[in-house]
Amino acid sequence: MTYDPLPDLMPPAVPLPDEVASLRGEVRAFVAGQIRGGAWQPRVDGWLSGWNPQFSKELAARGWVGMAIPEEYGGHGAGALARYVVIEELLAAGAPVAAHWMADRQIAPALLRHGTEAQRAEFLPRIAAGEFFAAVALSEPDTGSDLASVRTRAVPAADGWRLTGTKIWTSGAHRADAIFVLARSAPADAHDRHAGLSQFIVDPKAPGVQVRPIPILTGSHDFNEVVLEDVFVPAGRLLGEPGGGWRQVTSELAYERSGPERFLSTFPLLVALVGELAAGDTDPTAAAGVGALVTRLWTLRQMSVSVAAALEAGEAPALAAALVKDVGTRFESTIAEAARQLCAKPGPGGDFSRLLADAVLHSPAFTLRGGTNEVLRGIVARGLGLR
Amino acid sequence: MTADVRASVREVAASIFAAADMNGDGFDATSWNRLEAAGFTLLTVPSDAGGGGADLDLAAAVLFEAGARAARVPLAETDLAGWLLAVAGLTPPAGPLAAVEHDADISRSGDGWRIRAELTGVPWADRAAGIAVLTPRSVVLVDSYRVTPGRNLAGEPRDTVVIDGVVGGDAIAVADGTVLGHELRLRAALARTQLLAGALQATLGAAVRYAGERVQFGRPIASFQVIQQALALAAGEVAAARVAAEAAAGSATRASVTAEASVTAIASAKARASEAAGTVASIAHQVHGAIGFTREHHLGVLTTRLWAWRDEDGSDAYWNGVIGARALSLGPAGLWPMLTGT
Repeated sequence: MTYDPLPDLMPPAVPLPDEVASLRGEVRAFVAGQIRGGAWQPRVDGWLSGWNPQFSKELAARGWVGMAIPEEYGGHGAGALARYVVIEELLAAGAPVAAHWMADRQIAPALLRHGTEAQRAEFLPRIAAGEFFAAVALSEPDTGSDLASVRTRAVPAADGWRLTGTKIWTSGAHRADAIFVLARSAPADAHDRHAGLSQFIVDPKAPGVQVRPIPILTGSHDFNEVVLEDVFVPAGRLLGEPGGGWRQVTSELAYERSGPERFLSTFPLLVALVGELAAGDTDPTAAAGVGALVTRLWTLRQMSVSVAAALEAGEAPALAAALVKDVGTRFESTIAEAARQLCAKPGPGGDFSRLLADAVLHSPAFTLRGGTNEVLRGIVARGLGLR
Repeated sequence: MTADVRASVREVAASIFAAADMNGDGFDATSWNRLEAAGFTLLTVPSDAGGGGADLDLAAAVLFEAGARAARVPLAETDLAGWLLAVAGLTPPAGPLAAVEHDADISRSGDGWRIRAELTGVPWADRAAGIAVLTPRSVVLVDSYRVTPGRNLAGEPRDTVVIDGVVGGDAIAVADGTVLGHELRLRAALARTQLLAGALQATLGAAVRYAGERVQFGRPIASFQVIQQALALAAGEVAAARVAAEAAAGSATRASVTAEASVTAIASAKARASEAAGTVASIAHQVHGAIGFTREHHLGVLTTRLWAWRDEDGSDAYWNGVIGARALSLGPAGLWPMLTGT
C-alpha cells in the first residue's frame, strides 16, 4: 500500500476571535429577554418561517442586521465572524429572523460585490436598518437542480429589460420589497450552458408580477410561485454584468451553504428534548443518544466556523461549503427521529410536541434547499478528482 | 505557535513515515530511531523533564501523519506516558513507553516499594522501555514485568502484563489518581483522535485512487455517479473527523486539557472520529470490492486500524455517554453554552 494524498477538504479549524465574546453575550441576553417577555416563541426553521419585521427592526437598531455592510452604506463594517456569532445565537434560540434573512445573508454581499454605486446607495442602508426584505428567485417549474436550464427570458427594451417567465419555491416573495430574479438574457449556447444568464432586481408591485402562495406541508405560507408577464425592469435594476448571472448566483450559494442554518434549524427541538429527559430519571442509553447528537453538532459547528474564517480571509472554499451542507443537513434530518426514539412520552405543557411536529413536517426541505445533497456530493466528487 | 512551524513539523514527520513500509509488520525500529532523534517521541513533555516542550496541537499534526501512514511505532503512547511521569515529577526514560491506569497493589518493601498488578491491553509492552502506572495515589515507572502478547484488530501489540517486583524510591511519586486519571483519559482520547483522522484521510485517498484505476463496464468506476456519491459521503465524514481533531487539539492548547470547553471538544472529537471510522471503512471496502477483503491487499492496513482505534481510548458510545450525561445535568438552558464553550 502506498499513501494516496488528497486535496485539502476543509480549511484549518480555528477558534472564533476573543473580540466576539462580549457581542455574543449581548445577543444572548437580548434574545433571552425577548423569550421571557413572550415577544415570540422559539421555532424550527425560524430563518424561513419566522417572519417578524418588528423583530428585524429591533435587531437592526442594535446593529445586528447587515453587520458586514461598510459604514458608508449605513452598516457596521463588522467582519464575517462577528456576523456569524450573531446569527448562530439567533438561530440557536429559534428566533424569527426570516424577514431580513436573505437580504442580510446573500443580497448585501451580492450588492457589495456586483452592484452599481446607485444600487448600493439605495438598498444597503435599508438592509442595515432592517427595513428591506428580499426574496431570491432561482428555481422554475422545469428547473430544479439543473439551474442552468432556467427559461425566464429577459429581453432588452428601451431603458431596460422585459422579463417573462415563472419562478417557484420563492420564499417570502409575497412580503418582499424586491425579488432577485435569475433570467436568461441571451439565447442558450450549447457549448456554454452557464453563459447568457443575468440577475435582475424586480419590484413585486411592478405591472405584470403575480405572486401566488404555495402552502408547505405545515400549511404555512412561505413559498410562492412568481409569474412574470412582460414585466419592465429598468436598466439600473440589472445586478452585475449582463451574462454574469451564473457566476454571481453560484458564488452566493457557496456563501449560504456553510452557514449555521444548515444544522441549527432544529436546535430548539434538541433543547426541548434535553428538557424532557433532564426532568426524568436519567437513562444511560438515552443520555448516550443525546450525546450522539451533541457531539455531531459540536463538530459541525467547528466545520462551519472554519469555513466562515476562510471566507473572512477572502478565500472561496466552495468544496468545504458543500461538505458542511451535506453533513449538516443530513444531521438535521436525524434530530426529529432521534427525539421520537429518545423521548417515548413527553410531559404535558412543554414545547417538545409542538417543535417535534414542526421538525417532522419541515425535515424534507433540509436536504433539498440550497442545492440537493446529491448535487452537493457531485461538487464534492469533482473536488476529489472523480469527475 | 505559528501555522508555519506546524506545517514544517508536519512535513518532517511525514517524511519520516513516508520512508517506512506501510505494509510491514511489527515494531518499526528505523522510524522510531528517526523520530526519537527528531525529538518527536516526547514532544509535549516539558523540556526540563527531557521532552520537546511542544503544544498539543503540534503533537496533533505529527500524530495525524502517523495515522495516515499507519506508522508502527507507539508515538501517542510514549508521549502520553512521558507526560504522566513528568507531571508526577519522574523523569521519562528514552525508548517507547506505555501509560496505564490501574489500582495496583503497592506495599513498602525494604528501601523500595513492591508493586503487583495484572494489566491488559498494554500497547507495545514487549517493546517498551517502561510502563507508567497511574494508581489511585501514585505514579510508578515499572521496567520489569512479564508480557503475554496480545493484539488489537489491526495486529498492533496490546499485551497482557504481569508486574510483581520492587521499584526504588526514584521510580514512584505521590499523585492524585482521580485528577490525573481524568486528564490521562482525555489526553489519550485526543491523541487517538488525531491518529484516526489521519487514517481516515488515507483510507479515503486509497478508495479515490482505486476508483480511478479500476475499470468495469468499460470505464473507471469513479465515473459512475453511485461511486461518486458514496465517496463524497465518505469525504464528509473524513472532513468532520479532521476538523474535530484539529479543533479539540486547539482547545486543549489554548485553554487546558481539562478545561470545560476542552472536555466537550475532546469527547466530541473522539466520538465523531470514531463514528466516521465505521462509515468510511465500510465505503472504502465497498468501493474496493472483494480484493480489499483479502490479507494480500493492503486496504486492511488502514481499515483494521480504523476499527481498532474507534474503540480504543473510549469508543463513540463511551464519549457520547459522557457528553449526554453532562448535557442532561446542565439542562436545556445549558446546552447551547456547552456547545459554544461560553
